[in-house]
Amino acid sequence: MTPSTIELTPTKEDRRIARHAAAAIVLTVAEAAIPLPLPGVKPGLANIVTLVVLARWGWREAVWVSLLRVLAGSLLLGQFLAPGFFLSLSGALASLVVLGMAMHLPQRWFGPVSHSILAAFAHIGAQLVVARLWLVPHDGVFYLTPVFALAAVVFGLVNGLVAARLLQELVQGERTEAVER
Amino acid sequence: MKPDLGGWRALLRAGDVAVAVAGLGVCVFALLTLWRGGAPDGAVIRAGGKVVAEVDLVHARTIEVPGPLGVTVVEIRPGRARVASDPGPRQYCVRQGWLTQAGAVAICAPNQVSLSLSGRAADYDSLNY
Repeated sequence: MTPSTIELTPTKEDRRIARHAAAAIVLTVAEAAIPLPLPGVKPGLANIVTLVVLARWGWREAVWVSLLRVLAGSLLLGQFLAPGFFLSLSGALASLVVLGMAMHLPQRWFGPVSHSILAAFAHIGAQLVVARLWLVPHDGVFYLTPVFALAAVVFGLVNGLVAARLLQELVQGERTEAVER
Repeated sequence: MKPDLGGWRALLRAGDVAVAVAGLGVCVFALLTLWRGGAPDGAVIRAGGKVVAEVDLVHARTIEVPGPLGVTVVEIRPGRARVASDPGPRQYCVRQGWLTQAGAVAICAPNQVSLSLSGRAADYDSLNY
């Protein structure tokens, strides 16, 4: 075999992104197995990973993790380039834009729970717009808005709480590590 | 095992509660505006039994409908419609005023013009006064 002329050395950052993306992909696949009453209403557990990455490593890494998750998750579920993929992608992009703004809110009052709920609303908003413009060209799609909005509040709250808890424990874990050293 | 609810509550900051409440507010607002029963979608205008116009109730406009006695003027406004003037002798359809419910009908019988509001979820087959 000819030795490769291109040497790719993954940086520490690359490995970290890959690790987080892998965790998010696992959650996406696991979530696909949960039966849900309405198409489109999903807990979005993978977003917990995005929230944690956002808080610890910043917006750029959160974008990487989120988009890698959408891409690889759709490949694994056989959804790549299907309508569901574009709905996920539009939702993820809108959430990331909103997260980019929400992270600058005063930290004293607004934590991961706020970020999570705001991102969930951005997610359903973008999905409804894409669905209305492209998949169901009728105002009837907006009829389900209250259901989606309620799901955004509930799952946004739960995901945000889990992310906040994980962040708390990660910080505590680092502290104890530092003390032991 | 007792669930540690206090631990979870400590993770909520003041703004988080505000955001969650605002989110619920959006739900209620969406529910009230989108799930109104009986809200009309559009208006159907007939003359001599034939449909002459089917319009939405989004843009304000005035429609003139010719009949055997003269011109009946139908006024459309966002969410409602009425017969503004009619050449008929008793003016029943004009005096009915604004129609706001899906299924409501104003009939100007002498001039053979009718105005009815259509809707996805009409509470009534027809309304008269």
